[in-house]
Amino acid sequence: MALVKKKSGRVPGVLGAFVHVDAAADAIRALRARGIRDLVVYSAAPNHEIEEALEHRVSPVRLVTLIGGLTGCAAGFGMTLWMSHDWPTLVGGKPIGSIPPYVVIGFELTILLGALSTVAAVALFSILMGRRGVPYDPQFSDDKIGVFVPATQDLAKQVEQMLRNAGAVEVRHEGA
Amino acid sequence: MAAVVPPHPVAHDGHVITQTHADVTRDVVRTLSPPTRGYVLLLLGAVSLFLIGILTFLVLVKDGLGHAGYQPPIFWSVYITTFVFWVGIGHAGTLISAILFLFRSPWRTAVYRSTEVMTVFAIMTAGLFPIIHIGRQWVFYWLLPYPNSRFLWPNFKSPLIWDVFAIGTYLTVSTTFLVFGLIPDVAAVRDKAQGWRKKIYQLVSVGWKGTDNQWRHYSRAYLYLAALATPLVLSVHSVVSWDFAASIVPGWHGTIFAPYFVAGAIYSGIGMVLTLIIPLRRALRVEHMIGDYHFDNLGKLTLLTGSILFYAYGVEYFVAWYSGNIYEQTTFYRRALGPYWWAGWTMIICNAFVSQLLWFRKVRTNLTSLFIISIFINIGMWFERFVIIVSSLSNDYIPWAWDQLNPTWADWGILAGSFGWFGMWFLLFAKNFPIVAIQEIKEMIPMPRKRGGHH
Repeated sequence: MALVKKKSGRVPGVLGAFVHVDAAADAIRALRARGIRDLVVYSAAPNHEIEEALEHRVSPVRLVTLIGGLTGCAAGFGMTLWMSHDWPTLVGGKPIGSIPPYVVIGFELTILLGALSTVAAVALFSILMGRRGVPYDPQFSDDKIGVFVPATQDLAKQVEQMLRNAGAVEVRHEGA
Repeated sequence: MAAVVPPHPVAHDGHVITQTHADVTRDVVRTLSPPTRGYVLLLLGAVSLFLIGILTFLVLVKDGLGHAGYQPPIFWSVYITTFVFWVGIGHAGTLISAILFLFRSPWRTAVYRSTEVMTVFAIMTAGLFPIIHIGRQWVFYWLLPYPNSRFLWPNFKSPLIWDVFAIGTYLTVSTTFLVFGLIPDVAAVRDKAQGWRKKIYQLVSVGWKGTDNQWRHYSRAYLYLAALATPLVLSVHSVVSWDFAASIVPGWHGTIFAPYFVAGAIYSGIGMVLTLIIPLRRALRVEHMIGDYHFDNLGKLTLLTGSILFYAYGVEYFVAWYSGNIYEQTTFYRRALGPYWWAGWTMIICNAFVSQLLWFRKVRTNLTSLFIISIFINIGMWFERFVIIVSSLSNDYIPWAWDQLNPTWADWGILAGSFGWFGMWFLLFAKNFPIVAIQEIKEMIPMPRKRGGHH
């Protein structure tokens, strides 16, 4: 279902609040069975039942972590070897480019760039590329689960009924 | 409206949690209420100590390091001792937050935030010491690999440069880990806050709403950060130990140094965790969240690392005897019976013997005894570094050059300042950000179910 966005930037639709996690999961499954896959689910903590109902793919963050870590490793060994050969100085009878002591620098930069790229990936995928204009309610960071379904007026009534049938304790229509 | 069925009390490893998600938010948000007089007095005490440190530092900058107790052959003394002490303190935080996360230990959730905060501020404190110690602080950037006017690069074969990278990485990654874990909790506080505080929390929570998409990326990233931080925590104090072990000073040149330092670091870190959270849980009224269950486990971890230290101390003496090396033997003879016997025995009693009391569950769950033991650990671990550094340097290979260190006001002033600096940041954090992890505790508590039971 295409996301319906109006000029104000607010996404119109229906927002349901759930107390029971199995009720929220039921609602998600029912909506998805009806072909409505464009949902936003809010919760105060990650929940396996919700994740299973949503059938998300594994986050691509892992790829970014891997690339960041490998870049750090290459940078660590590359920097130390290049700098050693750029101004060759004999230290302690060791070779100019001496791999064992450079493992420490290579290791530290692997961890450093791996960690920083992981955080950058989350910022990119979930904040910068995240959906904007969807309604939110402070109780979702406390003890309720929220399910928001972007919907035009003709579909909204149907969605409201589905959310209530599943066990939503509160349902409200969000205009543009 | 459907009836709200409260969740059943949930048991993790014998520990029963009876709180609901709303209780957790309420209790943690309450810790951020206006400070009490006791808190203000503690903060003023910390700031006063910090000012003593600042004044001492200014005198050192003006006159030079001559005020500190450096004298041949001892040119690493109280500052490097305190540097290693604070780096060590930082290790328990990452152990509890990252390694125990990978092991899925449920007891870590209530205490990991305070240990992570301790880690970041301890490393921040430690980071000051190499800069103070180099004497000419304005050229500290010579340690970094930048293209200088003579096109010289740092000597990457030196453990001192490894240290720059290890400590720098550790500070960056621990801070990242702390801030990353804090975001969902700050969002929960934001949703309860009012006025200007709400605006600040809004800024810090970077638009976090807890959507399924955010959790999907966040949970994976947290796992990878923990996986990256785990080898890091083991590597950092190994690298610090190589500052010593890669040299040929008697008492330093030992292959056991890396695991010995890592175990000691975790031991000292847990000691500091106990010193901080035993009074803090009472001050912030979170006794029901951090209880016997957590202290019992912290006590077991202290016992394990304390026993590893006990073994390491024994191995050091055995190897000195078995090596047949007269310099090594003399160093260890003098540690026990020489001019620094008082420091040597303080270290052994506080670390090896006192920790053995933790075999008894009653000791592990009695907060008074645990607090007293934690103070012994703090003292013992500072003395361990003092013994390793100062007693080894004081009797090198040439007996006519032997001498003893006489710490001065400049040494004690900076040491006091470091405790003030650390305490000040820790107290400020505890009153302004959630010191108990909201989201992870909620993750342990099952949400109510319409059909009852667990998923």
